[in-house]
Amino acid sequence: MTTWNIILLGSIAVLALKAVGWLVPPKALDHPVVARTSDLLTAALLAALICVQTFGSGQSLHLDARLPAVAVAAGLYALRVPFIVVVPAAAVVAALIRLLT
Amino acid sequence: MARPPRTAQERAAARSGWAVGVATALYGISFGALATASGLDVWQACVLSLVMFSGGSQFALIGVLASGGIAAGGTAIASAALLGVRNSFYALRLSRIIGPGFWRRAAATQLTIDESTAVATAQTEPRAQRIGFWVTGLVVYLGWNLMTLAGALLGNLIGDVKAYGLDAAAAAAFLGLLWPRLKARQTQAVAVAAGFVATLLTPVLMPGLPVLAAAAVAIVFGVLNLFGRGDDRPHPDPIPMEREVEP
Repeated sequence: MTTWNIILLGSIAVLALKAVGWLVPPKALDHPVVARTSDLLTAALLAALICVQTFGSGQSLHLDARLPAVAVAAGLYALRVPFIVVVPAAAVVAALIRLLT
Repeated sequence: MARPPRTAQERAAARSGWAVGVATALYGISFGALATASGLDVWQACVLSLVMFSGGSQFALIGVLASGGIAAGGTAIASAALLGVRNSFYALRLSRIIGPGFWRRAAATQLTIDESTAVATAQTEPRAQRIGFWVTGLVVYLGWNLMTLAGALLGNLIGDVKAYGLDAAAAAAFLGLLWPRLKARQTQAVAVAAGFVATLLTPVLMPGLPVLAAAAVAIVFGVLNLFGRGDDRPHPDPIPMEREVEP
């Protein structure tokens, strides 16, 4: 396999996975259990992504500057500070901690 | 073509779309830089962003190639695909928001990613959901691709993006997208359980699988309606004719 083969096969696989979900007829999603579950799926995937991005480093867990940054972000969201302020604030917290340690 | 003026929530949806889009696009520069550092050329980095267009999958693919080379091609493709499976779930959710029409759904397919789904589903009004999806998806697509090109060309000049805290910004951005959903007890329970499962499984499973295991949590809670109330409406109706009345 060449690098180009890997890139094209990988890209087609990821694009096809997106298409699979769109090919399910919308009527099949009207059932309350399916609707409730597909809603909860988004929340679960987001929560999982947050944890993996905060603690994960490849296949291991690391506590580093990301955790205080995300904690500050959570505090700011609780105070109803807008998203557009919170995200850079989290980056600044992480960057400062890394600069100082 | 006259359009009705946008409501406050529709403007808010467009604003979050831009904010999320710009933040994500900035992260694209690190992808471009890392891709060339992993041995890809500028075109290969750009094709990944244009066609694969799913950050987690792209980082996984170049990560495996960087450590294992071409011999690890099968693993690289499998990791990218595993991280892309969640997009299928997002498509199921978006399907009801975007509605019918072949070309519209075809365009939406490529824009089915974490950020566009999160902004769309954080809105309660159907039109605001659609605006959130398209604005986020298009801003991220354009920005991510331009920044991939910039990162691939600039390469090592930028240095490690972690020094700028951009990895923490990504987590904070997803937290902001999750935050408005945490009103219902069932969603809170699912989010906590999913976070625990994904964290605990990270050292044990291949990258991509812990997040998918968290999806299983949602399926169990959803099917059994654990922590749900009997009178809970599942969700704002997909494409209702009249707007919901917010209390």
